[in-house]
Order: sequence, then structure tokens, then C-alpha cells
Amino acid sequence: MATEEQLALTKALSGDGGLGVEESTLVSIIGKWRKKPEHVSSFRKNFNRLFSHAGHIEKCEDDHVQKLVIEFSRFHQITVLWAMHPHERDARWANQVTHKNHPASILVEVACTRSAEDLLGVRRAYQTLYHHSLEEDVAYQIKDSKSKLLVGLVSAYRYEGQKVDNDVAKSESKSIHNAIKSAGANKISENDEVVRILTTRSKLHLKSIFKYYKEQYGKYLEEDLSSDPLAQQIVLCLDSPATYFSQVINSAFKEGATHAETEGLSRVMVSRSDIDIEEIKEAYAKLYGAKLADVIGKTTRGYFRDSLLSLAGEAKA
Amino acid sequence: MATLTVPHSIPSPQEDCEQLHKAFEGWGTNENLIISILAHRNAAQRKAIRQAYQATYGKDLLESLLHEAHGDFEKLVLLWTLEPSERDALLANEAATKWHAANRVLIEIACARSSEELFIVRRAYHTQFKRSLEEDVAAHTKGDFRKLLVPLVSAYRYEGAEVNMHLAKSEAKLLHDKISDKAYSDEEVIRVLTTRSKPQLLATFNQYKNEFGNAINKDLKSDPKDDFLAALRAVVRLICSPEKYLEKVVRLSLNKMGTDETALTRTVATRAEVDLKVIKEVYQSRNSVPLEKAVKQDTHRHYEDLLLALLGCEEN
Repeated sequence: MATEEQLALTKALSGDGGLGVEESTLVSIIGKWRKKPEHVSSFRKNFNRLFSHAGHIEKCEDDHVQKLVIEFSRFHQITVLWAMHPHERDARWANQVTHKNHPASILVEVACTRSAEDLLGVRRAYQTLYHHSLEEDVAYQIKDSKSKLLVGLVSAYRYEGQKVDNDVAKSESKSIHNAIKSAGANKISENDEVVRILTTRSKLHLKSIFKYYKEQYGKYLEEDLSSDPLAQQIVLCLDSPATYFSQVINSAFKEGATHAETEGLSRVMVSRSDIDIEEIKEAYAKLYGAKLADVIGKTTRGYFRDSLLSLAGEAKA
Repeated sequence: MATLTVPHSIPSPQEDCEQLHKAFEGWGTNENLIISILAHRNAAQRKAIRQAYQATYGKDLLESLLHEAHGDFEKLVLLWTLEPSERDALLANEAATKWHAANRVLIEIACARSSEELFIVRRAYHTQFKRSLEEDVAAHTKGDFRKLLVPLVSAYRYEGAEVNMHLAKSEAKLLHDKISDKAYSDEEVIRVLTTRSKPQLLATFNQYKNEFGNAINKDLKSDPKDDFLAALRAVVRLICSPEKYLEKVVRLSLNKMGTDETALTRTVATRAEVDLKVIKEVYQSRNSVPLEKAVKQDTHRHYEDLLLALLGCEEN
């Protein structure tokens, strides 16, 4: 039977599925169990995920060791990311999409939620780091039907002023609706007019289009794009980044979250801490009926948890 | 190299703007005085004069020029007085909103500017027109031309000197295959031409010639009347040598029955502080006659005087 200390140690080593490790618990138990190898031995017998019976020892399970490496490094990773120049961060994430097969959704996130000047900064940083232009690598490495859209998104330098032509917005809302009906919703991101509108119009103009779409057709554009996740993500990122980021954060907390999904938590918290974390917390509470700080406190551990809370502008747990 | 000549010591912007104001006063306009000042000030100096003029007389110098100057002289002096980025933004806006298939001004601007310069133009475009350049280009073009022009004006090409020869070879072959199949607007052709760095493209065009015998532009001339092919050839030529391309623009503008003042004005105004000297040299060697002589023959009065001044001719 596992003792209280063993349970605490299991939890500290992410044995309960949470993210990160509880460094202070680990240090304290190492001290407590000094010269008491029977405690450590009993722990090994009870912690089945990390240890399995093999001959006269409880051997370490390699895949759980790998998992632990990741859990220990979450704090390290978030700290290094935090210290980096925001443009370098974004450039590195973009390069992981083009060269390490990370999901294209990260590229969309960077291209659509950064300001026009920041996106230019990312393109500059990308050239400094990788000696190619961002659009060059996206066009060359991502050769599928979505590449037109992705190249357009990373090349945009959107107008950021207040002026919007509402007549044009109304008619472009109709164009998008027609395109969805004729193209079939999952091919929407290959339609020339949709690409043109989503990759060149200003964010304010696009918000106007989305508003008219709801007025004209009774549904939110995102709903009508449910069979084209890329287009849907673009619309969400451009219309309501706080909602989008809340969704990314939340998918990290669910059971069975993939490695990419849990990395999303660090990525969003670091990249938005100085920008719109307050709006994200509000959107999160509305969407999921829970305070972000509470969910972080329950699902993450140790220095990783504390750094997330700091990035969220919250006091330590 | 630039042809613009600025005297060693010049009056202050305040003195210059007062002189210009005098040039506008009374009946008629003293175009010679305008030329003697504006045609001998660089972009920073002209900007300072405009600011002094605004502060002193409560209106933009350009407004006065608009009222007091006329015809081709007016168009040239207005274009010249603007800052390079504002000028390019204005030219781009005209080219985009009045776009037609034989118009290659957007290609000129996109390919004959450095990556940073092109971004400054895009910024100036936001300020002047309250939309983005790519937005207007996309909305006013379609089909193959939109596929080519939007990435071209949105490009932020890497400007390092590194060249990947392996890639140059494979992309030369790619281009050759597509051109042989007449797939001129294929995504891959557009990708290579609009995203690769200029040194990389030069290496690719060289590989093309080495491997396949013809220069790529020769193979792109299968239909001399096709505007899209002409656009592709323009991209290639501007990347290889803007001066040679622009010499041809100037040569054709002076050769036509009557002169194509728009093209001549645009080229002189945009290159006088960049490489008009080189363009002159190319013109001389291509036509065995100095550009100034051709300009003197084909243009008149104040338009001619301003052109010659910007071409670096000494005052008579």
C-alpha cells in the first residue's frame, strides 16, 4: 500500500498525468528518505508506470523515462522561450513547422495573431536565423493544397488603420458564402477569392465581413467552415484571438493531450503574457466556466506551474 | 550610380521654400527657379523643404506645384518631389487600381527595390491609401496575374549572398520542364520566381542556360503577344539587371511615335538618385547616342529642362 509520501512522490513525478514536476517535493523526499533505501524500494514497487518487476530489480521503463525528461524540461523550455526575443521565438516556431513537421496551425497562429510590424520582425528574424526567407521555406517545404493560403498569410502586411469599406465587406461576405456553397466546405481554403480576402484584407475589414456574414446568413462563419479546420482556425485567429488561445490552452489540460497540445500551453502563455493574457483569461472563463489560474493550479506542477501563473499575472499557488 | 547633382553648399530649407514660394507668386510660374532648386536637392533635403514650406505657408508644397505647374513638367516635378517610398506607393496605387495586362509597373517596383525598400513602400502605402498594397493588387487583378503579382509585391527576399547550387540545378530543371509543357503559371514557377533570393535566382538562370542551351527568356518568348509571358520575362530581366531593363523602358518611351512621357517620367524620377548614371551608360552603348541628346530631341520646354537637370546635365 502506498504511503502518503509515496503518493506525493508519484504525483511529483507527474504520475497523475499532470504537467511538469513538483521540484520541491522531490527535493524534500530525497532528504527524508536518506539512508532509508527500503522507502525508495517500496516506492519503486508501487509506482508501476515508471518501474516494472524484472528479475530481482524494479527496472525503469524507458518510455516513461522519456516522458519524465519532457516533464522536467517544461520549466526549462518555458524559461528559455520567455527570455528569447519574441521575433526569434516566432521564427523558431515557424521553422519547426517548415522543417520539423510541426502542425501548420502554429504557422497560422503566428501569422494571424501578431501585429503587422511584429510579423515583419518575425520575417527579419527568420532570415537572420535560417538564411532563407520565411515565405521561401513555407512555399518550398509545404507543398500541398493549403500552401497558397499559408504563403499568403505569412507574407501579409495588413493595413492596421480604422478605415473600412462596408459595402466591400458586405459583398465579400457574399463571395465567401458562395464559395462555401460551390466549392464544398473542405476545399474552401483553395478558393481564390477566399484566399485573397483572408490573406490581404485588414483585420478590421475582416471583422466587418464576419459580422455581415452572421447578419446575412444567420450563422457564424466559423460554424460554416467546420469541415475545413485550417480556414476555420484562420477566421477564429483573425476575429477573436482570445477565444482561439483559450481553446489551445484548454486542449493541453484534457486527458490524453498530445505532446503538441501540451506544448501549446507553454507557447501561448509565453507569447501572450505581455499582449492579451487578460482577455484570454476572460474568454477562457466564458468558454469553460472555470478560472484559468485554478485549472493551471490543478493540472500543472512545480516551477512550471509557478511560471505559468506568473505569466498569467497571478500570484503563486 | 545617381545622376542627381547637389551643389556643395545649399541654402537652408527655409531659404529654399521662400524661393519656391516666390517662383509661384504673381502671374505665371518661374519654372526655371523651381528646377534650379528641386532638381538639385536629394530626398532628405526635399523633405526638409516640404516641411519648412508647410510650416511657413500652411500648405503642402505639392499642392502649390499642382496649381502652378502644368502638363508633363507638373507630373515629373510632383513625382520627383515626393520621397522615394511615397513615390513608389503612388505609382503602385495607379498601377494596381488601373491595372491592365500590359502594365508592368508593379513588377518594376517589386523587383527593382531591395527587400527593406519594398517594405517601406508598403508602409507608405498604408498611410497614403488606408489599405495594403497587396490588398489592392489582389482586388484588381485575377487569375494568373494575381497569382504572380500578389506574391511579388509581398515578397521579403533574403538578401544574403549564399547560393545553393544543388537547388539552383534542380529548380532550373523544374523551370525548364514547366516551360516546355507551357505551364507558365504553374505554382512551382511562381514559387521560384517570387520567393527565392536574387543571388539564388541568378544562379538558377545561369544553370538553366548551361544545362539547356537557351537563356530562360528565350524560352519564355514562344508567344511574343502573350502578356503573361512578357510579365515573366520582365521579372527575370529585372532580377538580372534593373539598369538594362530600365534602359529599354526609356529607349522604347523615346522611340514611339510621340514620346511615352509616363514611362520616361517614372524612370527618371525613380532612378535619378539610384542608378540613372548606369542606365545612361547602357543607353549610350546600346544606341550610340547620349540619352540627353535623345531627350533634347523628343521633349520640350520645362519638361525637357527638368529631365536634363535630373539626368545630371550642367546648366547651360
